[in-house]
Amino acid sequence: MKHPGMINKVYNISDEIFNWSEENFKKAAVIIKKYPDSRQQSAVIPLLDLAQRQNSGWLSKTAIEKVAENLSMSYIRVLEVATFYSMFNLEPVGENFVQICRTTPCWLRGSDKLVDIAKEVSNTKLGETSNDKKFTIVEVECLGACCNAPMVQINDDYYEDLDEDNFKKILTDLKQSKKITKGSQIGRQTSHPQREKNA
Amino acid sequence: MPTITVDNKKVEFENGMTVMQACELAGAEIPRFCYHEKLSIAGNCRMCLVEMEKGPPKPIASCAMPAGDGMVIKTDSEMVKKARKGVMEFLLINHPLDCPICDQGGECDLQDQALHYGFDKSRYEENKRAVKNKHMGPLVSTIMTRCIHCTRCVRFSTEVAGVDDLGLLGRGEDAEITTYLEKTIDSELSGNVIDLCPVGALTSKPYAFKSRPWELSKTETHDVLDGIGSSIRVDTKGKQVLRVLPRINEDINEEWINDKTRFAIDGLSRQRLDKIYIRENNKLNVSNWDNALDKIKNEINKRGKDKTITLSGKFTDAETIIATKLFSAGLGSDLYDCRFDNAQIVHSEDESYKFNSSIQEVENADAILLVGSNPRWEASVLNARIRKAFIDNNCKVGLIGPDLDLNYSYSKISNSLGGLNDILDNKSEFSKDLFNAKNPLIIVGTSAINTSQGSSILKTCAEIAKKLPNFSGSFNPLNVLNQDISRVGSLELGFVNEFFDGDFSKKT
Amino acid sequence: MLREEDKIFKNLYGFDDWSLTGAKSRGVWSNTKEIIEKGSDFIVEEIKSSQLRGRGGAGFPAGLKWSFMPKDSGKPHYLVVNADESEPGTCKDREIMRNDPHLLLEGCLIAGFAIHANTCYIYIRGEYYDEASNLQKAIDEAYENNLIGQNACGTNWNYDIYLHRGAGAYICGEETALLESLEGKKGQPRLKPPFPAGAGLYGCPTTVTNVETIAVAPTIIRKGASWFSSLGRENNTGSKIFSISGHVNNPCNVEEEMGIGLKELIENHAGGVIGGWDNLLAVIPGGASVPLIPKSICDTVKMDFDSLKEVQSGLGTAAVIVMNKSTDIVDAICRLSHFYKHESCGQCTPCREGTGWMFRMMEKMVKGSAQVNDIDKLLDVSKQVEGHTICALGDAAAWPIQGLMRHFRPEVERRIKKYRFGEVA
Repeated sequence: MKHPGMINKVYNISDEIFNWSEENFKKAAVIIKKYPDSRQQSAVIPLLDLAQRQNSGWLSKTAIEKVAENLSMSYIRVLEVATFYSMFNLEPVGENFVQICRTTPCWLRGSDKLVDIAKEVSNTKLGETSNDKKFTIVEVECLGACCNAPMVQINDDYYEDLDEDNFKKILTDLKQSKKITKGSQIGRQTSHPQREKNA
Repeated sequence: MPTITVDNKKVEFENGMTVMQACELAGAEIPRFCYHEKLSIAGNCRMCLVEMEKGPPKPIASCAMPAGDGMVIKTDSEMVKKARKGVMEFLLINHPLDCPICDQGGECDLQDQALHYGFDKSRYEENKRAVKNKHMGPLVSTIMTRCIHCTRCVRFSTEVAGVDDLGLLGRGEDAEITTYLEKTIDSELSGNVIDLCPVGALTSKPYAFKSRPWELSKTETHDVLDGIGSSIRVDTKGKQVLRVLPRINEDINEEWINDKTRFAIDGLSRQRLDKIYIRENNKLNVSNWDNALDKIKNEINKRGKDKTITLSGKFTDAETIIATKLFSAGLGSDLYDCRFDNAQIVHSEDESYKFNSSIQEVENADAILLVGSNPRWEASVLNARIRKAFIDNNCKVGLIGPDLDLNYSYSKISNSLGGLNDILDNKSEFSKDLFNAKNPLIIVGTSAINTSQGSSILKTCAEIAKKLPNFSGSFNPLNVLNQDISRVGSLELGFVNEFFDGDFSKKT
Repeated sequence: MLREEDKIFKNLYGFDDWSLTGAKSRGVWSNTKEIIEKGSDFIVEEIKSSQLRGRGGAGFPAGLKWSFMPKDSGKPHYLVVNADESEPGTCKDREIMRNDPHLLLEGCLIAGFAIHANTCYIYIRGEYYDEASNLQKAIDEAYENNLIGQNACGTNWNYDIYLHRGAGAYICGEETALLESLEGKKGQPRLKPPFPAGAGLYGCPTTVTNVETIAVAPTIIRKGASWFSSLGRENNTGSKIFSISGHVNNPCNVEEEMGIGLKELIENHAGGVIGGWDNLLAVIPGGASVPLIPKSICDTVKMDFDSLKEVQSGLGTAAVIVMNKSTDIVDAICRLSHFYKHESCGQCTPCREGTGWMFRMMEKMVKGSAQVNDIDKLLDVSKQVEGHTICALGDAAAWPIQGLMRHFRPEVERRIKKYRFGEVA
């Protein structure tokens, strides 16, 4: 099993050339302005992130090269960054990128079971994308929501206080393209000690 | 001067030195892999750990720690020995035991240091890591499983060669050295990464499996393939030249050589002109020395001495020049010259053909005017010095001549040599950079001299040089960068006839 | 127990409005101008005498760190807020950033002014999307209301705050790796010296400080250093957010006084250990990198820097990971070893090679397929990593294993014997 953010390769699966959308091109310009003159390299992580969002959740060869050209960086320096950070996926991922936290605090509260549920509902293996391209299931290290363990990140959002039932429901709803609610799945207010809101 | 105590020995050191350098002054040997005098400090191999008294309760990396007055350093304490053993063990756990088939064997830093500082057996029982080899072009062979991630090659290519081609991808134990999409290293100095690699990860492709270092006869000599004559060592086995390596010479090539120097040796054994040919009716026919010498004799007799010109070539050594001069004298002729390329060099003026400032001075320059020269191709090692000046002193480089792909930024003054006068007359933007600099230099290439305006260009350059602040009776900032190794020697030996003035049509 | 009026984080759980209006109603940004006008020396001195220690894990005295910044370097100064919260068990800064972002921003201005910085970057871990979104909105609000920007709060001090999102690398929580990352490179820690106060971001004087440390600064200045230092004990003053996770009935973040008993903390705030206090096996008291402590120590230990150091552990980020008797303690630590292997930057030898080796040996310990003398080998390898690396990740990878073997070696040996000979009576 390999997390798509932890591989050292670049793919260009189609002949598609990456070009900024008009909106993202403007956003990129705003981002670069955050940093002092001649320090535009600082914008490499935000720009790669922007490119990944535009490119359905992964960075292709031409996207990496586009960012390098925008920041006057050599390709290899940008590739170093893209391969170093786990959030940059270097191969295509499913519509729902499901990252299950496996580190001790989540594991203590049953993250293993979540992995089984995810495999079952998506009908795929860890580190792989389901045939219907709905899910990519991976295990990741601590996502920093340990008081709401076990938790899972799906695309940008955290889903917390999970158990087998509510996680299964989330994934089933996603499979059926239903809307789901992020955050605590037991109605808890952030990391407040009270498990139920109106208990 | 500040002092430091290393293993109970007190030595003086210069401010700005690292603990490692101070230890070496005291005669203590510090093992290292990532540290290299000519590269930036990475401090990542952790082999150079030493103990600092009154310091933190852990060893320090001596390559990166600035030496301080009154420091007390131990390089052979239990703590240090244990640290070195530990680091050595870590370096070896994922390093393959393929020394018998590794080209680095016998001259491998890892082998040598493992012998001195390592455990005698391995405690590692897990599977060793395997790393896919990377393509880096026809010169550098890679066996990446052997890589110890010292990043010397990455630092060399970025810092010295000036090409951002190599990088360390990924992280943790999956980190691997590669070029972008395994493209060829785009540098004329790429072969130096072979020497820099402390293990057998990057080795010479043409030399692969040819020999063991202890089987080679080593001959120290000088490179002849460009005008600067880098110090090299030629390794031979029997009659065959197997490889060329640089020797350290701070005056000329530091410790680099260009790829031409390193890899041109295949021309000694392959497709070599090793027979006598005589051109007859525009066709080359195989012949022998007797015939050839007869032919020369006949031609000289036929034409007469005053119509026989002897020219020396690019690689003619000084002894041959002298012999030829004597030969001509024997004929009663002074019709010889080395300026076969029409170079408008005035023999009587030293400054018109020498690299007057010395090559080492280039790295102190803060402004350089390039006239009709592409140092990157004509003298790659010298070009690395210009790049050093560019990085260290923010050296401004101005160019008169066609656009170049240099590995530092330069300001283009003009395509034509007319731009020189603008500089002299203070009309060019670059004049300010040049005349206000502390250590400006002028480098004139042969393509500027080998034209009909050559001598006037040299003259203008000399005038500019005289106006430069560092010009003095003992220092001339005007340099001529010759492309051929034998040019300066021939001129020094007077293998030149002023009458030709570079134009042989005058005489014949 | 910490009295309600002594709590700094009044909207820790986000019941109240996190935006500027809500923040103002809680007293944030109330007299910032007055505070700034007292001068940078006053601020640094006040923080020094409050004995506030950094809340990011190392516990370095905050005021002292700020005082390292040169007065007149001729270069721009930077404040960089370390919001790359990734230490397993820790999720406190997250709550500050999403529920009370203005508290952090006000702290950024005050701390930045104190260290003569006109620019502040907040480096937030990339996965914290909502947190970054709230924080960005708060920054926008602060600019709109002239609390930051040109002439911030009417103090004639120009102050810019920029949010910078990371992209998934635990090591970027190390201050120099964070700076590298902020400069657009791989997050590989730098060699020290030089320290950031001398040459940090873009080679300029920089202070890197944890979110919580910055966020408590305005309240300390407002209420006075003596108020803060009256909480807790000498050198371990004030209050602090504790993240309690693992086998407790009510995992939560809670602000408590430094030096609170571990048992009291778990029982009063987190609903107690699942199965009761007697069902407790061990606790990792300060985030993944500190050694665990067994129940016998947990019974009495107090939660502050020095008390935990005395029991060969540490307060770290005050992330309390509770494990009851149902825990496979060896696997719990093995997972942390996997974490460190995964997060090693790969720069220096002992960590790059050692974390993988230690993890693989730990895997064998979990199964029991190791030899008994492998335990000593593992400990020896951990000692070969510890203290020999560029940054503290090597130490962090070594300590959990050392802690495990210190307190649970018989359990590891039992497994090995069981694997080889079957269950022994």
